[in-house]
Amino acid sequence: MTRRILVPAVPLLLAIIAPFVLSSYAVTMLNYVFINAIVVLGLVLLTGVLGLISFGQAAFVGVGAYATAWMTVTLGLSPWLSLVLCVLVCGAIALSVGAMTLRMGGHYLAIATLAWGISFYYVFGNLRALGGFTGFGNIPAPSLGSWTLAGERSMYALIVLMLVASIWACVNLLDSRVGRAMRSIRYGAALPESFGVNVPRIKLTVFVLAAMLAAASGWLYAHLQGYINPSPFSVTVSIEYLFMAVIGGAAQIAGALLGAGVVTLVRDWLQDLMTALVGQAGNFEVVVFGVLMLIILNRAKSGLWPFLNSMLPKPSRCALPLAGPLPKVKRPSSTGNVLEVRAARKNFGGLVAVNAMSFEIEAGQILGLIGPNGAGKSTMFNLISGLLSLSSGEVVFRGRRIDGMSSAAIAKLGISRTFQHVKIVRSMTVLENVALGAWLRTSTGFVRSALRLDRAAEKAVFADALYQLERVGLGDMHGARSGALALGKQRILEIARALASDPVLLLLDEPAAGLRALEKRALADLLVNLRQQGLAILLVEHDMDFVMEVTDKLVVMNFGEKLASGTPMEVQSNPKVLEAYLGSDE
Amino acid sequence: MDFQIFAFLLQDGITMGAVYVLLAVALVMVFNVTRIIYVPQGEFVSYTALTLATFEAGQRPATVWLLLGAGAVAFVMELLSLRAAGALVARRIAPPAGLYLAIPALLAALSGAGVGADRPLVVKVFLSVCIVVALAPALYRIAFRPIADASALTLLVAAIALHFVLVGLALHMFGPEGLRTPAFAGESFKLGFLTVSPQFLWVVGLSVLLIVCLFIFFGRSLYGKALRASAVSRRGAHLVGISTDFAGSLTLTLAAAIGAVSGVLIGPLTNMKFDSGFLLGLKGFVGAIIGGLAVYPLAAAGAVFVGVLETFASFWASAYKEVIVFTLIVPILIWRSIAQPHVDDEGEAEE
Repeated sequence: MTRRILVPAVPLLLAIIAPFVLSSYAVTMLNYVFINAIVVLGLVLLTGVLGLISFGQAAFVGVGAYATAWMTVTLGLSPWLSLVLCVLVCGAIALSVGAMTLRMGGHYLAIATLAWGISFYYVFGNLRALGGFTGFGNIPAPSLGSWTLAGERSMYALIVLMLVASIWACVNLLDSRVGRAMRSIRYGAALPESFGVNVPRIKLTVFVLAAMLAAASGWLYAHLQGYINPSPFSVTVSIEYLFMAVIGGAAQIAGALLGAGVVTLVRDWLQDLMTALVGQAGNFEVVVFGVLMLIILNRAKSGLWPFLNSMLPKPSRCALPLAGPLPKVKRPSSTGNVLEVRAARKNFGGLVAVNAMSFEIEAGQILGLIGPNGAGKSTMFNLISGLLSLSSGEVVFRGRRIDGMSSAAIAKLGISRTFQHVKIVRSMTVLENVALGAWLRTSTGFVRSALRLDRAAEKAVFADALYQLERVGLGDMHGARSGALALGKQRILEIARALASDPVLLLLDEPAAGLRALEKRALADLLVNLRQQGLAILLVEHDMDFVMEVTDKLVVMNFGEKLASGTPMEVQSNPKVLEAYLGSDE
Repeated sequence: MDFQIFAFLLQDGITMGAVYVLLAVALVMVFNVTRIIYVPQGEFVSYTALTLATFEAGQRPATVWLLLGAGAVAFVMELLSLRAAGALVARRIAPPAGLYLAIPALLAALSGAGVGADRPLVVKVFLSVCIVVALAPALYRIAFRPIADASALTLLVAAIALHFVLVGLALHMFGPEGLRTPAFAGESFKLGFLTVSPQFLWVVGLSVLLIVCLFIFFGRSLYGKALRASAVSRRGAHLVGISTDFAGSLTLTLAAAIGAVSGVLIGPLTNMKFDSGFLLGLKGFVGAIIGGLAVYPLAAAGAVFVGVLETFASFWASAYKEVIVFTLIVPILIWRSIAQPHVDDEGEAEE
């Protein structure tokens, strides 16, 4: 508990004392560090958490700075009004750049932001109305009533205030429903989409958010300096922001502050040092700077903050804030056929992976899908969950066609799945991973999460997550880091996560693989128990003893087609099945 | 604009485009094998052109000292890691000693042969290319080898840091002025009603030749196949006995060779400054991205497109040249986003 208070409190106290004891030069340096830190915070979310690279942050800072300069000098608007407008303008630009490129892989965002950053620099450098490469001056200081925030010390107060507010919002955001989804995206889009998260939308929102933080930073920069030109907004500076994020430790909020501090101060210090040593500036310091950064990366691959953090005492775990219950999802009660697959076919080019597959699952039934390796089971599984699209045929879920829908839309209807190759967010705790599954059961968005208005909903989510963990027998491990679990336990964790979405149909892809005998026993009991509660379960599994024990009905696939179906007894004595598994006598 | 000017601009554009093709191919190759977005690629172009220009001015280029220094640092790092692994034996020390100490020393000794006004251009070109290419393995050892398994982002940042170092050193070694190397081909000649510059033929011809060589290297040779295997799966390649360190070092050396040849080709065409490499590399990068950082022919087509676009843009609105080049990428991005809407970027497994 002490650590939870000390880590934010000590720096905050120091920041409050700083302007009273430091020279104006030092205060100016701190101003620049903090202004940079606001931009880097955005990059921590975008690059560190989501894994998206942007070469355009400096241009967003530039838009903020130029927009406020133009609005306050040419139009004579109040700086406070221009702050709001700057942030909105930047948000709108980011929305269009992002909407165009974020649907594709990460590199497209990099190139689009690169294009945007370079274009910005040359356009503003060539625009006479904005001073061209020489710049734009006489930007007024903002004032509060009769108090004008001129000079480094009064601007310091404003800068610290905005930085602290941004940090607070970002910390809240990462520790929320949206934050959990954000942290899962780096592990591949299939994972968050399987609980109904609209991944492109989250990426776009974070990109816009990062641009807005950059705009606020640009606003501060313009009013602190009173004068701007295009050079601090070039692509080189964007690259420096990325630098700060990675040096500090890209996925951590504290890393943003540390990285901005180290990079800004070291650069300045080197400039003085090199001028004293070599007698001229602008030559060697960039070399020494680059070498220093290489050494830091060499010593601390994931940045400075994780490195320092490992030396601080570990945080003591505080009690889970729980309150329940989380309301059940309201769905019409299900009886009869839950899922019907009709003449499903999937071909990849000339290869027919699944052909003429038809079967159905009833509520309260466990259907096993078995077959030799390469029979097309996983393809069939992915056709139902929406990861692949059908070539022809239909998949009907509770009277509604779901083939052609996205996995997120399918999840929304009440289908939940696990993965053959376990996909868990290794850096999150077991409990947080399960809470991820409850994405669709609450609806807190970015704004409420950032303002910490989500506590009641979060308590209910965690209470339910703990209940799901207890249900699968992992209750006592809720606080462990999920990456530390054994593989078998990770599979069970996936089942708890799938249950957290309160599904009607559960799709399990080889849940028993890697489990020991006792664990298998417990899993079988769990599945039987779930069936009694009316859940429909589709099970793809290789472990025949397990399959024969728990399933009500089996569908056997071979070469993409249905070979046989029936009760486990019937299937076991079917000569065609025996031949497919064991080979014929001839 | 009449046809003469159009033809002239097109020729110029294709010439620049051919160089961007080389850079794009190098970037795609480096990214596929090592996951590094190789920002300093352009520096190998400017280093070679500027080294050649220094030879032309009758001086020994400072790149020689850089090569000796980088080699020494790389060797010491190698020794330290050998010692940490408890493998400090002659058999293990000899190869790095050759690569990081002997070859640079040999090149430094030979570099005297290029100093003097009467020395043939071929010798100077050869020495410039060798000196710059020999830098690559040492730089890989220093900057990337210790973090080869880190995330792509960390590798990118290391690449950027290396770029800073190289640009800063270039300013110190070559000074702030722009230099131009002499044309190595004769006078322009008329082909029908077209004026053809022999430089154009050289650049395009050599680029095509180099690409054919790379194609054969990757398609036929064992080393080429090893690199392709590493590109498909680093772990898989490792399991069949391909050293990822070796693959990385070889790839960066190849990329440096491509950059060095580009530098020789482009030297007579533009005014090369200590920091010109970055924008050159960036345009190669744009070409590469148009090709999706994976498909070589598309990357090449993209790079030629960038070259042509740039020449025409600088003819019409030279102040907005870069803006035009970099914003006209947008329609291409949109087209690619529609043509290939679902890219499932598999998450980075970490820790």
